[in-house]
Amino acid sequence: MTKRVAADGLFISLSLVVSYIEVMLPIPLGIPGVKIGLANAVIMVLLFFSTWQRALGISVLRIVLAGFLFGNPMTIVYSLAGGVLSLFVMVILKKMEEFSAVGISVGGGVAHNLGQLTVAVLLMENAKIYYYAPVLLITGTIAGIAIGALTGVLIKKMPKQLF
Amino acid sequence: MKKKDVILISVVLVIALISFGILKFMQKDGKEVIVTMNGKMVYTTDLREDQVYKIPVKDGENVMEISDGKVRMKKADCPDQICKHHRAIEKSGETIVCLPHKVVIEISSDTKEQELDGITR
Ligand SMILES: [Zn+2]
Repeated sequence: MTKRVAADGLFISLSLVVSYIEVMLPIPLGIPGVKIGLANAVIMVLLFFSTWQRALGISVLRIVLAGFLFGNPMTIVYSLAGGVLSLFVMVILKKMEEFSAVGISVGGGVAHNLGQLTVAVLLMENAKIYYYAPVLLITGTIAGIAIGALTGVLIKKMPKQLF
Repeated sequence: MKKKDVILISVVLVIALISFGILKFMQKDGKEVIVTMNGKMVYTTDLREDQVYKIPVKDGENVMEISDGKVRMKKADCPDQICKHHRAIEKSGETIVCLPHKVVIEISSDTKEQELDGITR
């Protein structure tokens, strides 16, 4: 139990560090939701080595903490919508046992972006923003491939005892 | 990577490219600029009228600029600064979004004048 709490602390810190790196390196397209999603590598490793409940808990904590610490509290709700939908899709894709980390990550990246966009449309009460959907599909796919490849390496190299 | 990964990636990219193509095909030259806050229209103007407009955001600042038939967010004090990074827009359907301030600038291909013409006729 103590070991698990310590490990969870480590995962949250790690995901916060990579979130901070992303805040320092924004992608200046001017389109909300375009990002690499480095923290998703941490979430995916948890999904592979542990349970989806644990991945969900750490993902939600990460988003809320990152929002208050160095992000933007006003946009936590967008990130949460993206994060939860993304995890939901990744859990399903993983259960199907037909996809590798890359496929799972692409599904998660695309779901993240579309979830965030939909919440933006609802909160801003303006469906015109769906104009960004194609761009977000493409950036979500590219980011998903990169993060999936990274996760594949992590799964091979990380010691299983850590979990 | 597995075969299904490639299929998934291809399907997503094909959907993205088709919807991108449809959006581009439907795009016309912009005529009117519409500013909305919380889904309500707060300002509308002609894209050909060069101007600087301060959007009436509560507890914040967003300043839009129209010049040479293009709109951009000239100033913004939102935490993410995403709206300021957006390239200038000029075609119908294009938008600039400021999520923290709930502001959307959009371009439409209709003008007030056309609507008025329709009514007087
Ligand atoms: Zn902004």
